Amino acid sequence: MSVELLKPELARIVRIKPMVEDHHLFQVRFEDAETVESFRHRPGQFVEMSVIGSGEMPISISSSPTRRGILEFCVRRVGRVTNALYRLPQNSLLGLRGPYGNGFPIEEMKGNNLLIVAGGLGMVPLRSLLWYALDNRRDFKEITLMYGCRSPAEMLFRYELETLTVRDDMSCLLTVDDKAGQEWDGNVGVATDLFAGVEFDAANTYAAICGPPIFYKYVIQKLLERGFSKGRILMSLERKMKCGIGKCGHCGIGGAKKLVCIDGPIFTYWDVVDMREVI
Amino acid sequence: MRIIKLKKEHLRDFVGSLSAFGKLYAPQARGEKSFVLKELKDLSNLRLDYRRTILPPKKFFNRPDETILNFSSDNGYQAAADANGGRRVLFGLHACDIKGLEILDWVMRDGYRDEKYFQRRERTAVIGVSCEPDESCFCLAMQADNVETGYDLFLSDVNSCYLVTVRTSLGDDMVNANQELFQEVGKDTIEAFKKKTHAHARKLDDMCDLSVSQMPELIELEYMSDIWKDYAKRCLSCGSCTMVCPTCTCYDIRDEVELDQQRGTRKKRWDSCFFPDYAAVAGGENFRAEAYSRFRYRYLHKQDGFVAKYGRSSCVGCGRCIEICPAKIDLRDVIKSIEGVT
Ligand SMILES: Cc1cc2nc3c(=O)[nH]c(=O)nc-3n(C[C@H](O)[C@H](O)[C@H](O)COP(=O)(O)OP(=O)(O)OC[C@H]3O[C@@H](n4cnc5c(N)ncnc54)[C@H](O)[C@@H]3O)c2cc1C
Ligand code: SF4
Ligand code: SF4
Ligand code: FES
Repeated sequence: MSVELLKPELARIVRIKPMVEDHHLFQVRFEDAETVESFRHRPGQFVEMSVIGSGEMPISISSSPTRRGILEFCVRRVGRVTNALYRLPQNSLLGLRGPYGNGFPIEEMKGNNLLIVAGGLGMVPLRSLLWYALDNRRDFKEITLMYGCRSPAEMLFRYELETLTVRDDMSCLLTVDDKAGQEWDGNVGVATDLFAGVEFDAANTYAAICGPPIFYKYVIQKLLERGFSKGRILMSLERKMKCGIGKCGHCGIGGAKKLVCIDGPIFTYWDVVDMREVI
Repeated sequence: MRIIKLKKEHLRDFVGSLSAFGKLYAPQARGEKSFVLKELKDLSNLRLDYRRTILPPKKFFNRPDETILNFSSDNGYQAAADANGGRRVLFGLHACDIKGLEILDWVMRDGYRDEKYFQRRERTAVIGVSCEPDESCFCLAMQADNVETGYDLFLSDVNSCYLVTVRTSLGDDMVNANQELFQEVGKDTIEAFKKKTHAHARKLDDMCDLSVSQMPELIELEYMSDIWKDYAKRCLSCGSCTMVCPTCTCYDIRDEVELDQQRGTRKKRWDSCFFPDYAAVAGGENFRAEAYSRFRYRYLHKQDGFVAKYGRSSCVGCGRCIEICPAKIDLRDVIKSIEGVT
């Protein structure tokens, strides 16, 4: 085995599914059959993805570990490497290394209610947890998803999530800030508005949340109002990353007391509440 | 532990013999006042009177700039051969730098153990030598004035000879290969050694009026203080202080691509938390956009975050950052300002 920790393995893009503007879903499979077999991840973990000839970036694994073989990544086109990825046709090769990060503490969460609150791109890492919980439905009590986006056209996984609204073993609440003149007969309002009609047994619930910075502020406030302990609020943090393995320093928070790539990206609110520069 | 005596007149012979144990590196002059650790090709260039080298010995293990992978669009990523994996002997390291390497080891071992780093470390012998402090040294305050581990041999200057502490089996081999150069330690030498040690400790104590014991608490309490902003006004965000620091480990990863866009190399290069783009992410968000927040971060890490994680500061008081800073910012002044003792 190579002693180079930063060496990616080859993987192939088997399918590209455009979802909303500048957000494509990439279905990827390792080239090496043994790696396909041996690769194991936890919901909430990420990989370092290399676009050959362009560079490397951290991307959440958006598929559940219960769906093996193909890994799914939802990538927003924003900069140099993501643009290079968007130029690749189906069947191209990529580099992947990982999985990295701690992932959600699923052993601890089992037997509890699960509340997932997502804003915008925050649905991407939480989708892995959602499907993990649905595929292990008996391990969890009530499952609630609250997902808010700016407009219907920006809702990720919209059709997949709409099929969940009719399931009677979970509650799937979707909302948009603004219909923006598009077809939508669901809720209108911000994600925190969805709390209004829902009762929580906060002592027996884990809340998993992910979204833009301002989203955290309001959602955490709501959860605290509803009696959630700080240790039961799980959040996925995003920081600049280079190595993904706790060495390059870029992802440090609180004077590098924690490195998001290895101590996170999933933190309880309690873990980071006293830390500077976090939210 | 074995302690023996090497007369100064035998030093060169001994150093010369060490190349049998690997490529030999030692402190040598560069220009008028600077020193560097580089391959010792001519024994007469050895300068054991140096104060500090420009770059610390971390450069041998964490290279400033190195190719880690070669890639091509059809073959994927292949690990580059390690050009720094051969046997080496670093001669003449001071206690603070040996401590610095130990701290580097903790970081490289934590979580994902960096095997390449440890292969390099394991193939490199370290021979320490006692030092004379100058006005930028404050190793005493950082508990790095003395080391009991982290070296194969340590030479303590006692007037006309060195007391040589043999710490490892490899160090023992080095001595045994040159038995005729060494002697047993006599009573006079022991007395002289005690005197020297005492005088050295007194000198360090006189020079160093710094205390960092409350820094984590004080940094927390003074987090919003204008002190950071005042210093940051002078700071050029040049990153020199982090480059020369024996325990700063940040690096950047970037690809260099051939013109055909099909092949290239992936490089690892020293980076600095002072650089504006250090914490900047796609879409324009920057977690430390302001110069003062980056300036503060260095102290937050070295004097607080590192303490929380490893039980001590990552600063060893070598004084390199003080000597190199183009804005003449002295880390000791910053600490004193935070402590309110200026
Ligand atoms: C744990 C984690 C999971 C993520 N998951 C996803 C995901 O599932 N989907 C998605 O679209 N985006 C995700 N991101 C953000 C994604 O990494 C950045 O959008 C991406 O790196 C931008 O690269 P770029 O080259 O296109 O942008 P540029 O601005 O050109 O960035 C250049 C380089 O800087 C670094 N960088 C820039 N932005 C970020 C960032 N936000 N986080 C970390 N490093 C960055 C990368 O190394 C990148 O290659 C995640 C980030 C983290 C930290
Ligand atoms: S912070 Fe300055 S004095 Fe301390 S170890 Fe680093 S370079 Fe040396
Ligand atoms: S060397 Fe001095 S000027 Fe340069 S980044 Fe460090 S403190 Fe600022
Ligand atoms: S990404 Fe390098 S330390 Fe976290």
